Amino acid sequence: MVRYTFHRLWQSALTLVLASIVVFIGVRLLPGDPATAMAGEEADPETVAAISAKLGLDEPIPVQYLTFLGNALRGDFGESVRTGTPVDEMVGATLPVTVQLAVYAMLIAVLAGMAFGVVAAVFRGRWPEWVANGFSLFALSVPTFWLGILAVLYLAVQLGWFPASGYVSPFSEPLRGLYYLTLPAVILGMTHAAVVQRQTRASMVDTLAADFVRTARAKGLSRGAVVFRYGLRNSLIVVTTIVGLQLGGLIAGAVVTERIFGLPGIGKLTLDSVFTRDYPVIQAVVLVITAAYIVINLLVDVLYTVIDPRMRVSGRAR
Amino acid sequence: MTLLLEVDDLSVSFGDTSAVRGVSLSLAPGERVAVVGQSGSGKSTTAHAIIGLLPGSGRVTGGAIRWRGEDITHAEERRLRRLRGREVGLVPQDPMSNLNPVSKVGRQVAETLLAHGMSTRRQAWRHAVDLLGQAGIPEPARRAKQYPHEFSGGMRQRVLIAIALACRPDLLIADEPTSALDVTVQRQILDHLEALTDELGTALLLVTHDLGLAVDRTSRVVVMSEGEIVETGPVRQVLTEPRADYTKRLVAAVPSLTAAREPVADTEPVLEVVNISKEYRIRGRGGVLRAVDDVSFTVGRARTTAVVGESGSGKTTIARMVLGLVHATSGTIRLDGAELDGLRGDGLRAARMAMQPVFQDPYASLNPMWTVERVVAEPLRTLGSADRATRRARVAELLDQVAMPQSMAHRYPNELSGGQRQRVAIARALALGPRLVVCDEPVSALDVLVQDQILGLLSELQRELGLSYLFISHDLAVVAALAHEVLVMRNGAVVEHGPVAQVLSAPTEPYTRQLLDAVPGASVFDGSIVVPR
Amino acid sequence: MTTAEITATPAPLVRGRTLRRLRRNPLGVVGGVLLLIVVVAGAFAPLLAPYPPTEVHFATPFQQPATVGFALGTDDLGRDVLSRVLYGIQASLEVGLLAVLVAVVVGVPLGLLAGYWRWVDAVVSRLADLMLAFPALVLAVGLAAINGGGLANAAVALGVAQIPTMIRVVRAETLRLKESEFVLAAHTMHAGPSRILGQHILPNALSAIIVQATVIMPTAVLGEAILSFLGLGIQPPNPSLGIMLSDAQQYLFRTPWPGIFPGVALGLICLGFNLFGDALRDALDPRSGS
Repeated sequence: MVRYTFHRLWQSALTLVLASIVVFIGVRLLPGDPATAMAGEEADPETVAAISAKLGLDEPIPVQYLTFLGNALRGDFGESVRTGTPVDEMVGATLPVTVQLAVYAMLIAVLAGMAFGVVAAVFRGRWPEWVANGFSLFALSVPTFWLGILAVLYLAVQLGWFPASGYVSPFSEPLRGLYYLTLPAVILGMTHAAVVQRQTRASMVDTLAADFVRTARAKGLSRGAVVFRYGLRNSLIVVTTIVGLQLGGLIAGAVVTERIFGLPGIGKLTLDSVFTRDYPVIQAVVLVITAAYIVINLLVDVLYTVIDPRMRVSGRAR
Repeated sequence: MTLLLEVDDLSVSFGDTSAVRGVSLSLAPGERVAVVGQSGSGKSTTAHAIIGLLPGSGRVTGGAIRWRGEDITHAEERRLRRLRGREVGLVPQDPMSNLNPVSKVGRQVAETLLAHGMSTRRQAWRHAVDLLGQAGIPEPARRAKQYPHEFSGGMRQRVLIAIALACRPDLLIADEPTSALDVTVQRQILDHLEALTDELGTALLLVTHDLGLAVDRTSRVVVMSEGEIVETGPVRQVLTEPRADYTKRLVAAVPSLTAAREPVADTEPVLEVVNISKEYRIRGRGGVLRAVDDVSFTVGRARTTAVVGESGSGKTTIARMVLGLVHATSGTIRLDGAELDGLRGDGLRAARMAMQPVFQDPYASLNPMWTVERVVAEPLRTLGSADRATRRARVAELLDQVAMPQSMAHRYPNELSGGQRQRVAIARALALGPRLVVCDEPVSALDVLVQDQILGLLSELQRELGLSYLFISHDLAVVAALAHEVLVMRNGAVVEHGPVAQVLSAPTEPYTRQLLDAVPGASVFDGSIVVPR
Repeated sequence: MTTAEITATPAPLVRGRTLRRLRRNPLGVVGGVLLLIVVVAGAFAPLLAPYPPTEVHFATPFQQPATVGFALGTDDLGRDVLSRVLYGIQASLEVGLLAVLVAVVVGVPLGLLAGYWRWVDAVVSRLADLMLAFPALVLAVGLAAINGGGLANAAVALGVAQIPTMIRVVRAETLRLKESEFVLAAHTMHAGPSRILGQHILPNALSAIIVQATVIMPTAVLGEAILSFLGLGIQPPNPSLGIMLSDAQQYLFRTPWPGIFPGVALGLICLGFNLFGDALRDALDPRSGS
């Protein structure tokens, strides 16, 4: 198990380095020259050259990359071309908002998704299954950002049940913070709840049809005991994997949700920086999102070995 | 004497499809009865109906099931739950899929005890460890804490037996309990099961496809076919003087160990295998596994050499090395005197034309997206040079040879029965007129009646076309029917090698003896009447 | 002759059975009908739409639905919402198809090769992992930012984001099929890699590929809407359901309708694909009864 963890650690580190190269090159492929953008359209060539030199843009690409990597490892991503604010400060200010939103949304997705999934599997062929499946089909088909817009319009503005936009840190004011995050988190979590529902249902249906479940019934265990002790435990393994895969999508989905609900998160920062070609910010933001994704998947893989005993042996045998 | 179990005119349907019709059988306390039938005969469905666990849309549509006189046909779940596990234990078929993979083995035994209040929460674990020990699991205290994947197939079946007998039920239903296991393991497990049920006075309902097992392990037999009982009676009587037509055919189809061929003159070798070995590196440990260890043999023209062994003996690896699908680590393989290793281009083409395979699983060995005609024509297309019309004519000829109607040419594999698929696979192997056919367990996935037909076809083709067979099998009785020469393998090495009659009737090695003794039914009959497999 | 045989697969009888099973699934039928409606609406948009999608009628902005001449009303510039929705559906379907095409053309061959040769797998799977490290939408946003907006660029970006999953699906199928006995048999019949991959493995992997395509379609359709909504996809004044939603957000308080219909249209497209895809998966599943 230790060996496996090290293997995955090494793999993740490698992927992260490769990802940083991709991001670095990708940003350099963006149209427009950052030095020109910074100096303004009418600046004379000397000013542009001076800015270029200051940013290190006159160095060969590999040197630039190594400088970038070295600085990034120390948390230094340079300064925003637009505002001159250090990028790490900008990321530091926005990242917590997105993480809170994503974790909240994931919580909603897992709880709702598993509940609906279990209901659909247990009441197969009866009305509760149709309701549960109908929910997930709806959530998968309807564009949730559109639902978000409608929710802002009707639930927030017209009915006044929720704030229409804005953010309050749940750490300074827990209740108000959660209140501000609830609607965005529900909207963001819906698609993922649907995915969790479908996976839970499929895995429960498979498990409940498995030979070992029939054997358990033949032992005299009740249907309820079998559903919860056998079905749920086995589908937990599947859901764990899904959660890992989904979290990345959730962070990306936050780009849209934050825009609709006016949340000052990293998604909004991404969009702003893309539109203003603020390349140090783009670089940092994409790298941070990717790193978060890779780390989450690493954690899920390790967690997996804890939940599924079949994954443990290979480690123990050594 | 009150009957323990009485099944009276039972009918079961799945949706609109009738699966079991008018089945009646009974068991007295402590009695042992076998239900014998081929796949689809309704034997397992009958067993599941008794404990009220019919899968999917299955429903009892008629008749009654009485337990100690009490009608439980439509009993409520609560009553059935007390029946299951407490009064009737079930040993299921496949040990690999019948234990919960994410739960400790000891816990799975303890669960049964707790469900029936046979143990307190505090004592259940210790009790479970004892039960595992009784079921023949060494170091039960340590093993109870392990998960199913840490157990071999035989050990898992012992766990399932411990679970089934945990509450000392009055009846044990064993549904093909050992069909997924090697014969020697099967024997150990059934001996143990017999001892345990004897001790507890438990009655046994053995559901099996294997007449030999019925002979060995039970006193009365119920023969089922297509959802109905065709014959029932004392086991010896049914097998020696079958009355029903179906039973007669079934008994006749069981391959017999004593039918081994008399020695025949040697012919010049078509295939020569000299000192081949295959090693696999074990990942991460730097160790080496010798899957095949220094094996030599020949296959003569129009002769059959059989390689027999249990799982892990290396027999399939030999077949794959001969076919060139796996590279031998050392040794040489010669086909018609030409060394196979390193063949390229025309040499390789020639070798492949001269040697074709027939694989075990008739469901997997034909491309499901192709018609029979296209499947059979495949080698003509890749290796032959014939045009389309010639190919079509040749396919027709081949289908005739394997006794398949021409109308089958445009069917897809999923529309054929197992036996028909295997005929198609044989037709494909014969397409280019090979001298050697490598048969890897060609009949082990088939029911006895079909198996008999395919073995008959193989012998006939050998006589007609002068074919040589390299025949891989786990089943000594099947080998007896077809082989001239036999190699017995264990753990990659040859244990015994000689003419089939000699190896089977006068084995010199204890392992061969052990294998022969483990063949179900062999110990009951002395060989003079019939030796069912 | 060989090509004629390739087109003969998937086997007609197998296909017949799949169709039979599909027809027996009421939800699948609903999905199929929805798809039919949506495809007809998109394909014949120029014939069905009463106005060109960009034609403005400054005299009649913010018309309610069911107004004479404007069945679904008009937006802030007096553009006909019905016409714009029809053209928007067309654009959505184009993006979806193009994205599937990209994912299939790149993902299927790479998946086949990676499943067949270990050394290819080492490279391809590493690359797929790397691509998977970027959440699909971030990848699409990034690519759209590099290449600029526009329908084709958005479609390519969304298709590229789906390549790794397609590779994984096809690779898994190849790994499974290459160990099957009919492929072993083909080896002994001197079939080369191209024959084995093209005629044995690919036709048998087809159902998994088709099912995956029905997953990619709605994902790409929604992805296009999101990209266009953010201003990174199709560029105005070209019609796109995402742009319509983005525009409508500005004046939702005055009239919600121009923001309702495009959302409904998107929902119906995706519902159609999801229902049909689910039914197809069930029909192709060998474990479900015959």
